[in-house]
Amino acid sequence: MTETLADTAAGLPEHPMPRAAGCPFDPPPALHALQADSPVSRVRIWDGTSPWLITRHDHVRALLGDPRISADPTRPGYPHRSAGTKANDQARQTFLTMDDPEHARLRRMVTAPFAIKKVEALRPSVQKIVDDLIDAMLAGPKPVDLVEAFALPVPSLVICELLGVPYEDHDLFQRNTRVAVRRTSTAEEVVAAMQTLTDYLDDLLTVKRARPGDDLLSVLATERVAKGEMTQRQAAETGVLLLAAGHETTANMIALGTLALLRNPDQLALLRDTEDPKVVAGAVEELLRYLNITHSGRRRVALADIEVGGEVIRAGDGVIFANEIANRDPEAFSDPDRLDITRDARRHVAFGYGVHQCLGQPLARVELQVVYNTLYSRIPTLALATDFDQLEFKHDGIVYGVYELPVTW
Amino acid sequence: MRVEVDQPKCVASGQCVLMAPEVFDQDDDGIVELLTDRPEAEHHDGVRESVAVCPAAAIRLVAD
Ligand code: HEM
Ligand code: SF4
Repeated sequence: MTETLADTAAGLPEHPMPRAAGCPFDPPPALHALQADSPVSRVRIWDGTSPWLITRHDHVRALLGDPRISADPTRPGYPHRSAGTKANDQARQTFLTMDDPEHARLRRMVTAPFAIKKVEALRPSVQKIVDDLIDAMLAGPKPVDLVEAFALPVPSLVICELLGVPYEDHDLFQRNTRVAVRRTSTAEEVVAAMQTLTDYLDDLLTVKRARPGDDLLSVLATERVAKGEMTQRQAAETGVLLLAAGHETTANMIALGTLALLRNPDQLALLRDTEDPKVVAGAVEELLRYLNITHSGRRRVALADIEVGGEVIRAGDGVIFANEIANRDPEAFSDPDRLDITRDARRHVAFGYGVHQCLGQPLARVELQVVYNTLYSRIPTLALATDFDQLEFKHDGIVYGVYELPVTW
Repeated sequence: MRVEVDQPKCVASGQCVLMAPEVFDQDDDGIVELLTDRPEAEHHDGVRESVAVCPAAAIRLVAD
């Protein structure tokens, strides 16, 4: 009797898995069960293929740090997130989806502004952006949608300043990014949205080349492209990556983080009443761990046979890393399902692991530290302006969060 | 304790600079640089934590 691949896949658990009703901060219960019982196992995804799912913290770190694991979506076996991301990955590639040495060459062209000292120097302007937006909220009507009024503008303004993108164009890049990170977008929608963004950045690079400013796009235009180290098209695609990754992720951490704190008032009080930057920094790490907003998994394909957890991942097999459950691994974090801003959460994998670990993490940390340190002390009576059950969560998003967060004070 | 860094491997995550700023720094491109390869005892915990979190396995402790 011959068993087709599709037959085998039919009996496997489907990925992504649903979260439990009423527990929007917790990973799907099925992931807990897999982590406990078969931490390296196959799942079935949207296109009928059956990649491996990695759920343990130590396995995630070992494999994401392994050069035999490739991030290249043009290789057969790569487990695509959706038809949309598949089409886009075939249309264009940034260093996010390349392997070394080309990944390292292109990533290093944009690391300079993300060094700790450079990012620290931005802290006062981040603080001003945050203060100004809070002033505007307090002066305006309530309730207000915190996503629109605060969570999205903060990282958008910051990344615009760093890249040299005019903030007036925020509607264009926020709207197209939203389409690109929605799992339910069609292939045509994703490709068109990414093309609009790439063309927009391409035009901007031409302007910067003629009239450079003190920003990263100007450096790319006048040094990297002019010297032939990257094409203008590559620079535009890199710009899209930074612009999109730079606002959508942090925005979700601000809104979802605020909601998680409102639901855990003891933790919110600890944060509101502290003056200690170490406590604030620790709270940021814990919220990153607890919420792990990039919940659609790191996607990779094996280049060689790799033994892990008693299984053998074969060359050409797709691998999905469920970092949201790795961050709840009881072997790595005690009482992992509790939000505890005083714990040492620094070994979380919310920024990924290995050579693709988040490039923007120093900036994201400063933004979140300033936000969490300022918002709740300046608006101590901040409260949800709707029923918790009425909130809509981004279950279909590549990045998790809330669509709207109506708040009052 | 003696520390070694492997600059070609470094991906400029900046985590070591946050954990042990007395020991690690970054060059203009964000790549790790050692301020000392023999850190004071009070910084050993920060160095060990840096080794644990470095995403690129670019920091090593070597026996004397
Ligand atoms: C809280 C906010 C953020 C979270 C949770 C986050 C999460 C992540 C994760 C999980 C990865 C790994 C991707 C993979 O391994 O496949 C990543 C990579 C990346 N992130 Fe972030 N990120 C955040 C903020 C930012 C910001 C502010 C920027 C830029 C300005 C940024 C730029 C990037 C880039 C360019 C990569 C690709 C790195 C590479 O492939 O070498 N991120 N991020
Ligand atoms: S932690 Fe590792 S990758 Fe990050 S800056 Fe330090 S040496 Fe480089």
